Amino acid sequence: MTSQVSTPDEQTPGAPITDGQSPAAKEVRRLDRVIIRFAGDSGDGMQLTGDRFTSETASFGNDLSTLPNFPAEIRAPAGTLPGVSSFQLHFADHDILTPGDAPNVLVAMNPAALKANLADVPRGAEIIVNTDEFTKRAMAKVGYAASPLEDGSLEAYNVHPVPLTTLTVEALKRFELSRKEAERSKNMFALGLLSWMYHRPTEGTEKFLRTKFAKKPQVAEANVAAFRAGWNFGETTEDFAVSYEVEPASGTFPTGTYRNISGNLALSYGLIAASRQADLPLYLGSYPITPASDILHELSKHKNFGVRTFQAEDEIAGIGAALGAAFGGSLAVTTTSGPGVALKSETIGLAVSLELPLLIVDIQRGGPSTGLPTKTEQADLLQAMYGRNGEAPVPIVAPATPADCFDAALEAARIALAYRTPVFLLSDGYLANGSEPWRVPDVGELPDLRVQFATVPNHTAEDGAEEFRPYQRDPETLARPWAVPGTPGLEHRIGGIEKQDGTGNISYDPANHDFMVRTRQAKVDGVEVPDIEVDDPNGDADVLVLGWGSTYGPITAAVRRIRRGGGRIAQAHLRHINPFPGNLGEVLRRYERVVVPEMNLGQLAMLLRAKYLVDAASYTQVNGMPFKAEQLAGHLAEVINGNPEEDIDG
Amino acid sequence: MAETTAERRLLTDALSLVPKAEAEQSMKDFKSDQEVRWCPGCGDYAVLAAVQGFMPELGLARENIVFVSGIGCSSRFPYYMNTYGMHSIHGRAPAIATGLASSRRDLSVWVVTGDGDALSIGGNHLIHALRRNVNLKILLFNNRIYGLTKGQYSPTSETGKITKSTPMGSLDAPFNPVSLALGAEATFVARTVDSDRKHLTQVLREAAAHPGTALVEIYQNCNIFNDGAFEVLKDREQAQEAVIRLEHGQPIRFGAALDPEQGGDGLGSRGVIRDPATGDLKVVDVASVGTDAILVHDAHAMSPTTAFALSRLADPDTLRQTPIGVFRSVDRPVYDTDMADQLEGAVEKYGKGDLGALLAGNDTWTVVG
Repeated sequence: MTSQVSTPDEQTPGAPITDGQSPAAKEVRRLDRVIIRFAGDSGDGMQLTGDRFTSETASFGNDLSTLPNFPAEIRAPAGTLPGVSSFQLHFADHDILTPGDAPNVLVAMNPAALKANLADVPRGAEIIVNTDEFTKRAMAKVGYAASPLEDGSLEAYNVHPVPLTTLTVEALKRFELSRKEAERSKNMFALGLLSWMYHRPTEGTEKFLRTKFAKKPQVAEANVAAFRAGWNFGETTEDFAVSYEVEPASGTFPTGTYRNISGNLALSYGLIAASRQADLPLYLGSYPITPASDILHELSKHKNFGVRTFQAEDEIAGIGAALGAAFGGSLAVTTTSGPGVALKSETIGLAVSLELPLLIVDIQRGGPSTGLPTKTEQADLLQAMYGRNGEAPVPIVAPATPADCFDAALEAARIALAYRTPVFLLSDGYLANGSEPWRVPDVGELPDLRVQFATVPNHTAEDGAEEFRPYQRDPETLARPWAVPGTPGLEHRIGGIEKQDGTGNISYDPANHDFMVRTRQAKVDGVEVPDIEVDDPNGDADVLVLGWGSTYGPITAAVRRIRRGGGRIAQAHLRHINPFPGNLGEVLRRYERVVVPEMNLGQLAMLLRAKYLVDAASYTQVNGMPFKAEQLAGHLAEVINGNPEEDIDG
Repeated sequence: MAETTAERRLLTDALSLVPKAEAEQSMKDFKSDQEVRWCPGCGDYAVLAAVQGFMPELGLARENIVFVSGIGCSSRFPYYMNTYGMHSIHGRAPAIATGLASSRRDLSVWVVTGDGDALSIGGNHLIHALRRNVNLKILLFNNRIYGLTKGQYSPTSETGKITKSTPMGSLDAPFNPVSLALGAEATFVARTVDSDRKHLTQVLREAAAHPGTALVEIYQNCNIFNDGAFEVLKDREQAQEAVIRLEHGQPIRFGAALDPEQGGDGLGSRGVIRDPATGDLKVVDVASVGTDAILVHDAHAMSPTTAFALSRLADPDTLRQTPIGVFRSVDRPVYDTDMADQLEGAVEKYGKGDLGALLAGNDTWTVVG
């Protein structure tokens, strides 16, 4: 047992510790990485359990990556397959990139959880089941004719049958709780057991429970007792003969202070940081939508940073208010998901025409229409790129990992402010809810995003009068001046009707329209973005795998597998999709074959083929889940070995 | 620590945070250099002139005034005002103005919209702006027709209206914008007429001083597609019987004056009373009930019930018995003031935000080289 792990000797009197046996010295095995999946009913608290295990793991210093997976229904019918909620966590003593393909341990809180998840569990893995829930009725509900715990169908696995509910209720006897209330703590019992199995530090969870239930000390102590009982159960029962150590990943991380962070939290912090770095107040206009609402929740907590959050009557008003605030000189943001983007399209077009800075954060989810609200997808790329009437170019920035959402938000703000343009920030459900360790940046190292508002006239009329021209552009960036109301002498009117170059007055002149359309396009095309870097260790690869957004983790993990097996492959990942990096064409042409994995039907590949006339091959998946590294590696290996016919549909 | 209404009024006075002009202003100062391009004879000209004429009275710094509009004939309005302005998209002006007003309390923000813009495509934004009570002044030009798209019926057109899109007559019942606004919890609701500059200016004056959202419905003649829609209210003879002028604190009387020489009080012969049987309002001959029975208009009544009943007096087809003036003017917390208070409160409670502390959070670990 390592010193970081607290032993449960600070027991409250009366808490069941052991059944009288002295804890025999159990075997401790060392592992380099583990994948755990907690699965249960939507009401079983699996997301909380996973979050706590993640926090324990983060504070222990492992690298980690998480994948929450839950239904769109808040409380789907209990015990059914659609109601299963799960949380997968991958942690390791080295740097890892994905939440893992297949769990080493499945915790199944009921028959539905077992049935829904078993297909993902490799043979030989450990399965901890809550036997109390395996009643005839519960099993029948999900189509088990006979108990899978008894019919031999789980023989290939290492099954630990644990009466989690009974043990929890037993452990909480001394609390004045109804049976139902006591049962509710069974997730903490399971967390305690797993925490013992993997030598997780426990102080954080106990502190968390006492803070969360500060107003109900009885509930807090009951949960702590259930948590400790789970730990003690592992320590004492013979069924769990082995526990595992996964050493901290210290060696692989650069020096610094770390924390665990989810994509939506990192993105929220990125927006607050951008506001501070731009010295502009942050204004969020938003309408609740899964999986973007957490950004609205988070930003609404930080009013002491001067953050204004406006929960609008609809998606259109959300972006409308943001655009109004942008006109007034705020760093304006709207947050949404695909269906919301559809509703905002007209206002995005207005922002293109007004040439005001505006961030449109799209946390993509499965589509079309309502689609899969809680599942991930990358299918809004072409909507972001082209989903407006007229020629309405908008820069697009995409984060690659949960923590990267912070930097991506700053980058999107930089472009919006410097070029006075709406900018899309394309995250997705996987990044939003997934989490990983993040090296907390030194605020002194954040980029300077300050802009100059216009304060004086910028043109001399023929009669010598000084005047302000709202569409007289900066020759370098083609950005127009940002003159906010309250600035004397710069009164001007802007609108969605085509404007005359320079003056901004209404103009229906054909040549002027042609000029303005081309100029707006040129401005976006001219946004300065860094060159794309290619990872091609020996410079001898024939195949390039190119991704964007949240596929970074699985692609990189797949590339590592291939290289470990001696394969040669180059990898590059796009942060900027509009405009593309200047060297992208040259990079694409450098390789014999280019594979583009995407969680859509080939949207980036289409853009690449159209712009660069390269035979980029799509590899796609739209099942609401991130790619699995093994499967992706298998496909890439086939491409390397020369089976290009299979490229198209994956 | 609840503030009294009077205290809050001081805090939230619509214009108290808006800088004043340094020099005296004239109507000319508010005319932009753009050529006005409404159809000759359009009622919009009169409203524009009234607004430009009224603005100097406010004495605000011109650069702190913003006009935001949607789409439609009236929404060209901002181009003609020498202030800041935005001609936005159809129906969305209240939402855009809400973002501007709630982030910039030093601005006087005006929304110009029409019956199609505000009540059809933008109906949702209008009602939510009203219920929030954002510091906005909304001028709703109601001509009961779609002008810019050349003559389709609008959500305020009378049922059965023959238009290009309804050759056999429109089927939908019209909205009454005043009733709608009152139902949407509006704190200030008024109606006026484009051609009555004096009345229009007085209503603008009261709207400008109102803390929170003010909705001013302006009956405006479209001489191309719906000419004469409000003639009954403008024609001197007919208006006497058709228009009910509301004045706070005054009995609600209209119609031919009761002749003082014959013992009358010189006020209208018709009046509004509350029907004791139904609680509703009805129009009676003053002589039949006596002057004391006539309802005295109370624009500041907290309950919108009577204001709503007043808004229902007009016949939607003939417009007879149309009240004009301020139906309701009450104080309620103003959205942008409360929003600013929450920000200040958060700073008082937690201190000014510390980015470094926020990013680090409470659960960190350190990796040393």
